[in-house]
Amino acid sequence: MKTQRNAELGLLAFAMILVAAYGATVEANRIGEITPTFWVPAALLSVLFLGLHLVVRFTAPYADPVLIPAVALINGLGVGFLRRLDIGDALSEKLPVPGIFAGIGGRQLAWTLGSLVLAAVLLLVVRDHKIVSRYAYTLGLVGIVLVMIPAVLPSSLSEVNGAKLWIKLGGFSIQPGEFAKLALVSFFAYYLVRKREVLSLASKRFAGIDFPRGRDLGPVVTVWLLSLLVLVFEKDLGTALLYFGLFVVTLYVATERASWLIIGLLLFFGGVYLAYLLGASVGGPFANFYDRAQVWLDPFALSNYERNGGSYQLVQSLLSLGTGGMFGSGPGAGSPRFVPEVQTDFIFAGMGEEIGLFGLSALLVVYLLIVERGLRAALNVRDSFGKLVAGGLAFTLGLQLFVILGGITGLIPLTGQTTPFLSAGGSSLMANWLLIAMLLRISNAARGPAAGGSGADRPGGPGPKKAPTQLHGAMTEVIQP
Amino acid sequence: MPEFVLTVARFGFLILLWIFVFTVVGVIRRDLFAGVRSKSIVASPRGVGGAMPAGRPAKVKRGKAARQLVVTAGNLAGTRITLGEIPITIGRAEDSTLVITDDFASARHARLVPREGQWFVEDLGSTNGTYLDRGKVSGPTPVPLGVPIRIGRTSLELRP
Repeated sequence: MKTQRNAELGLLAFAMILVAAYGATVEANRIGEITPTFWVPAALLSVLFLGLHLVVRFTAPYADPVLIPAVALINGLGVGFLRRLDIGDALSEKLPVPGIFAGIGGRQLAWTLGSLVLAAVLLLVVRDHKIVSRYAYTLGLVGIVLVMIPAVLPSSLSEVNGAKLWIKLGGFSIQPGEFAKLALVSFFAYYLVRKREVLSLASKRFAGIDFPRGRDLGPVVTVWLLSLLVLVFEKDLGTALLYFGLFVVTLYVATERASWLIIGLLLFFGGVYLAYLLGASVGGPFANFYDRAQVWLDPFALSNYERNGGSYQLVQSLLSLGTGGMFGSGPGAGSPRFVPEVQTDFIFAGMGEEIGLFGLSALLVVYLLIVERGLRAALNVRDSFGKLVAGGLAFTLGLQLFVILGGITGLIPLTGQTTPFLSAGGSSLMANWLLIAMLLRISNAARGPAAGGSGADRPGGPGPKKAPTQLHGAMTEVIQP
Repeated sequence: MPEFVLTVARFGFLILLWIFVFTVVGVIRRDLFAGVRSKSIVASPRGVGGAMPAGRPAKVKRGKAARQLVVTAGNLAGTRITLGEIPITIGRAEDSTLVITDDFASARHARLVPREGQWFVEDLGSTNGTYLDRGKVSGPTPVPLGVPIRIGRTSLELRP
């Protein structure tokens, strides 16, 4: 198998040209002329991504060639859009055009630098993804603690727009849940690799589908209860759906049993419906979710629109997407500031107004290709732990995208997830770049030559001297065509 | 800025975006078919017509390096392992490179070792033996490309 590193470099250059073209179009539309420094953000980003490309070239030469350029394009367009917001804000207040490092665009540029450094460090430190399985229980604990911190903290330190997902320290806020995803995926993968025999073999057959025995439902019920607690105490449906969906899909990948998906969906929708009914009758911790569901059911009702915390956001988002139409108003020519939170949750609505359905669907296809490459790495890698981690990570990315895009288009109740790589915000960007680094590492193992054999045969070559911990029943897995 | 330039920029960007998408798909496509091409060269059906067996040895050159180990029969049929510099172990033991769940295979059945660009198969004292084409493998034996190695119900082949 070829390494395809040069293809990666070429695609990366293409992506950066697109980012520069976007910047130029924004300036032409907004300022009325293209400033001589329009290319600087794209050039800075190119240097950063080139750095990551070099790290990959030397530490993971067989890694997937599509991941970095695709993510770089989305990240770059995100920086470009945020800078476009800065320019728009400054001009509407008759201020001069802000510098490259000013405002949210500049901050996003800095966060990108931080995220890429983290991703490079992960690639340098974790030379074999199986090493992660040694720390699986620690990671599981870390993940649960990270999820629980915002729920325990008082609202003044953790609540933004009704959802308790943050840790706010002074002017600085992080979303620990973003990092918890990564830790939990590793833990679930390790746990299921060890338990999958029991979960997939013992079963009862009912209506043509194999269902697990009652006593084997323990883990899935535990995670279900935990995610319902997240729903109640952090008041966020999206996060709850993310964790639970992640677990159910990992379970499905591990056991190849469609019944887990059915059980998972039934449990989740049952739980959500119960929360909705409780919100209508009892209120209390369920009230927030009930309100959001009302907004979702009828955003254009006057009672919802005029209520504080009602459907104003969603309506603006839908109008914005509608204004954009098929081809959009052109980058920089729209008025995204009508949409609240356009730099974070609603960034896709803001961009949709300017690049239209035609441009948004291109972005969605790029996301789809990223997820597909992750799943491809999961299919091709030879050990089950790697399979489950790669599959889980790729699925998380896809599910998160579904939750936020479904929210802003009115398909599902709106919840405050970030759009991966696009939204302003450090935690999200860092966590998702770490996710990509892990996928790169696993795809390197999947596409590279077999680095196998028992430990004794290993001629002290590159990589760790000691063979990583043996996973029970897990070292070599093969896929049937 | 004249209106015309703005319109060109607006649609030009969208078109460029889609060209990027298709370029990415092109790279993925090339990646997908990288393995298939080698299959179409070697995996011609065995014993079709009289000319085939005669033509075969000419194609199987000793000097050509093997790049893949392909399972051609057994319940893992279709599996490919890309070969490197490291020996490949085959057996039911879970730490083998290729784990075969075959009733006639031993825990540590056989291994493939590269020596100066040539792969050698070696039986590791298995109960039912390892066969290279028709002959039983007793010591390290060079494996030509395209010749089946048989372990229990499983058949393996080296391919370029």
